[in-house]
Amino acid sequence: MGIIEIMFLALFGVVGLIAIYVIFTYNGFVTLSNQVNNAWSQIDVQLRRRYDLIPNLVNTVKGYAKHEKETFENVTKARAQMATAIDSGNVKDKAAANNMLTGALKSLFAVAENYPELKANENFKMLQEELSGTESKIAYARQFYNDNVMAFNNKVQYFPSNIIASMLGFKAREYFEIEEAAKGPVKVEF
Amino acid sequence: MALLYDEIKWNKRKSLAITAFFVLFVLVVCFVFAEALGFFYGTETLGFALFPILMLVAIGSTFVSYYYSDKMVLAISGARPAEKGEFPHLVNTVEGLSIAAGIPLPKIYVIDDPAPNAFATGRDPEHSAIAVTTGLLKTMGRYELEGVVGHEMAHIKNYDIRLATFAVVMVGFVALLSDFMFRIGLRPGIGGGGGRRSGGGGAAIVLIAIFFAILAPIFAQLVRLAISRNREYLADASGALLTRYPEGLASALEKIAKDSRKVEHATDATAPLYISNPFKGNLLSGLFSTHPPIEERVKRLRSM
Repeated sequence: MGIIEIMFLALFGVVGLIAIYVIFTYNGFVTLSNQVNNAWSQIDVQLRRRYDLIPNLVNTVKGYAKHEKETFENVTKARAQMATAIDSGNVKDKAAANNMLTGALKSLFAVAENYPELKANENFKMLQEELSGTESKIAYARQFYNDNVMAFNNKVQYFPSNIIASMLGFKAREYFEIEEAAKGPVKVEF
Repeated sequence: MALLYDEIKWNKRKSLAITAFFVLFVLVVCFVFAEALGFFYGTETLGFALFPILMLVAIGSTFVSYYYSDKMVLAISGARPAEKGEFPHLVNTVEGLSIAAGIPLPKIYVIDDPAPNAFATGRDPEHSAIAVTTGLLKTMGRYELEGVVGHEMAHIKNYDIRLATFAVVMVGFVALLSDFMFRIGLRPGIGGGGGRRSGGGGAAIVLIAIFFAILAPIFAQLVRLAISRNREYLADASGALLTRYPEGLASALEKIAKDSRKVEHATDATAPLYISNPFKGNLLSGLFSTHPPIEERVKRLRSM
C-alpha cells in the first residue's frame, strides 16, 4: 500500500469518527430537549389545575368573609395574569404569574384563619388540601424541569458538544425561577 | 450539597460491586462443585451440564414471583386501594413525588394498621405500587410523609425490587446447588467405579466442596442482606434528593423507631420491603438484618 492510500484511509477513518460523534451528540440533544419539554408540560398541567381551582375557593371564602374585598381582588388579578401567561407560553411570564398567585393565595389563606366557621367548612378544607397539594406539585414539577434544563444546558455549553449545539441551533433553555419569599417553608437546597 | 450526590454515586458503586462479587462467588461455587463431581465420577462435564439446569429451576421459581409479587405482597399485607376522596393528602403527596422523580404515578394503597410503616413494590416504574399504613398517615406531619413517600419512590426509580429479585434468585440457586451436592453429588457409593479416587489432590477438592456446600448458602444470604441494606441507604439519599429536605425523612424514621407497635400483617417474606423492620424488637443485629440501624440512617440523613 502506498503512502497515498494510507493517508486516504486515515482521512476516511477520522471523518467517520467525527460523523458518528455528531450523530450521537445530536440524538443526545434531542432526547434531553424532549425531556425538558415533557417536564415543562408537567408544570403546565399543575398551573392550569390551580387556575381552575381558584374560582371555587374564592366563592367558598366569600360566603364567610364578604368584607375582605382587597384580598379577593388580588387573587382575581393574579389569576387573570396567569391566564395571559398560560396563553403566551413564555417561561418567564409563567414564573412571574406563578409567584404572584402563590403570594395572593397565601394572604387569602391567612385571612381565612380569622374565620373559624370557614375553617370548619368541609368544602373549604378540601379546597385547601387540593391547593396546597397542587402548590407542592408545582414546586416538584419546577424542580424536575430545572434539573432537566441543567442537564440540557450543560451539554449545550460543554466543549466539544457546544460546537454541535451552535451548528444545529440548540440553545440553552430558561430556568423556571422562583422568588425567595415565595418558597414557603425553609427547605434545604442542594 | 455535593455530599448528597456523592452518597448516591458511592451507594450505586457499592451495589454494583456487591452484585459483581455475588456473581463471581456463585461461579466459584459452581466451579468447586463441578471439580468435586469430576473427582467423584471421573467427568467434570456432568457438573457443568447440570448447573445450567439448576440455574433454570432457580430462575423459573422466581420468575412467577417476579411478575406476580406486587399483587401477592399487597394481598398478604391486607392493602386496599387509596381513593382520593378518602385520602386526599396521601394521593396528592404521591402524585407530587412521582412528578419530582419523573416516573409514572404508582398505584397507591393503604393498610389499616396503627403501626406507622410503608413499602413499595412492583418490578418496574410502570408496574409499581406504594402502600402506607393508616398509622403512618396519623403520626406523620406533611414533610415527614413526603420523606417516607420520597424514600419509597426512590426504591421504585432505582429498580430496587428488580435487584432484590436477582439476589433472591442467586440465593435460591446456591441453596439448590448445596442441597444437590449433599443429597446426590457427594454421597459415597453412588459414584461408581469410574472415578479418580486415588490421589490426595482430588480428596482436597472434595473437602473444599463439602465446606462450600455448608457455608455457601449462609454466605449468599449474607450478601443478599448486605445488598438490601445498601439499597436502603441509597433510597434514603435519593429520596432526600427528591424532597430536597432530608430532615423530613430523618424525623419520620425517628418516629417510626419510637413506635413499638408491630405491623400485624407483615410476614417474614414481606418484612424486607418495609421502610423499617415491621417486627420491631426481634432484630438479629447487624449482619442478619435487611435494614441498616435507624440511628445510622438518621445520622447519614442529617449530615447530607
